[in-house]
Amino acid sequence: MTAKKRIKVIMAKPGLDGHDRGAKLLARVFAEAGMEVVYTGLRQTPEMIVDAALQEDADVVGLSSLSGVHNYFFPRVVELLKEKGLGDVLVVGGGIIPEEDIAGLRKAGVAGIFGPGTRTDDIIKFIENHTSRS
Amino acid sequence: MNDIVAEVLQGSVRAMARLITLVENEDPRALRIMGTIYPHTGNAHVLGITGSPGTGKSTLTDKITAILREREQTVGVIAIDPSSPFTGGALLGDRIRMQRSAGDAAVFIRSMATRGNLGGLARTTADVVKIMDAFGKDWVIVETVGVGQDEVEIAKTADTTVVVLAPGLGDTIQSMKAGVMEIADLYVVNKADRSGADELLNEVNVRVEQDAQIRKAPWKPPVVKTIALENQGTDSLVEAIDKHRSFLRQSGKLRRNRREKTRQETLALLRDEISRNVLEKVLGNGRFDALIDEIVAHKKDPYTSVQEIVSTIFPEE
Repeated sequence: MTAKKRIKVIMAKPGLDGHDRGAKLLARVFAEAGMEVVYTGLRQTPEMIVDAALQEDADVVGLSSLSGVHNYFFPRVVELLKEKGLGDVLVVGGGIIPEEDIAGLRKAGVAGIFGPGTRTDDIIKFIENHTSRS
Repeated sequence: MNDIVAEVLQGSVRAMARLITLVENEDPRALRIMGTIYPHTGNAHVLGITGSPGTGKSTLTDKITAILREREQTVGVIAIDPSSPFTGGALLGDRIRMQRSAGDAAVFIRSMATRGNLGGLARTTADVVKIMDAFGKDWVIVETVGVGQDEVEIAKTADTTVVVLAPGLGDTIQSMKAGVMEIADLYVVNKADRSGADELLNEVNVRVEQDAQIRKAPWKPPVVKTIALENQGTDSLVEAIDKHRSFLRQSGKLRRNRREKTRQETLALLRDEISRNVLEKVLGNGRFDALIDEIVAHKKDPYTSVQEIVSTIFPEE
């Protein structure tokens, strides 16, 4: 178990909505899949999330939003990551994301969008396939 | 690889974060990198925060950091949480309580998983301390995993060790036991607004008095009452930490402690190096499995076999 590279994930909830059951569940799911998950909790600004990704040398940033702020917050996180030289960090998002927003988010650099009903195994596989350091 | 060290020494946060990952993964390059880091270490004061799960270590770390920042001191924080022995994964949740420092460029927080190490720290925590020290942090705060009774590695890494207690976790006998209670330079009774806090405070004071009677020591650990969430008692705590730091410097104990730590660390490195070398030779020649077969068949015994192997690798002069 020592000396093995592990996928490091920042799990964050940007914005003001107070429901983190989904984010917490996924944090556990990723940990059970052998990843090291930093749970940063509710009400995170994009700056806070990117700071955490920088200091933790994260491979993945997972964002969860249920309040309809994803179109601002998700692309903003991607943008700030790039500004800090962290363009290689995989950004994935989930929560309540309307179908018509997905293409725009993808274009903005959010690599994966996972709505309600997604099998957790699929998310894990997606992350494992898209991180070079695993 | 020396570039990354140069970048760290020049203050690149990104380079420090990457370097910590290399060291954490026990990358083959890590030993050489740490060799170039080492000359730049020794300036930070290393503060250990340990105690049972849920006593408030992370919240206290956050408050202590804020007070140090008011004095314009720079702070590195290493927050350790356990890895699962089953999956190897980890949920690192200390950062959530350290939000006050978010956005402050002078504070660097890194979460670490134990990755199977049992002493309350990760195997590479001491090296990560050195990296933050070399980067130029005035203070490095190491928050251990929630400990039981026996996880005392922090005392080998920290200059000042704070043991955090909270009411409701046991009776007098707990505070009399060996282990964690023996490594405190300072005690904190946190959650002091909860019932049982005064009793706990009294018990810890009794223990400190007993210790003073059992053996003479130049430093008597103070016991500080705090309510970390409400920021009560935290100023007194930092004052007590300051006093311990001055004591260490003025008494020459800092130098003596660090010499002993250096001795232990060097011995540990030597042990690792010897075992790696020996095992490479032993397992590399392909005869080891044949030997095991003979031992299983009771034609040889493991005790004599091991002596024979070692004497062929290190022939007596």
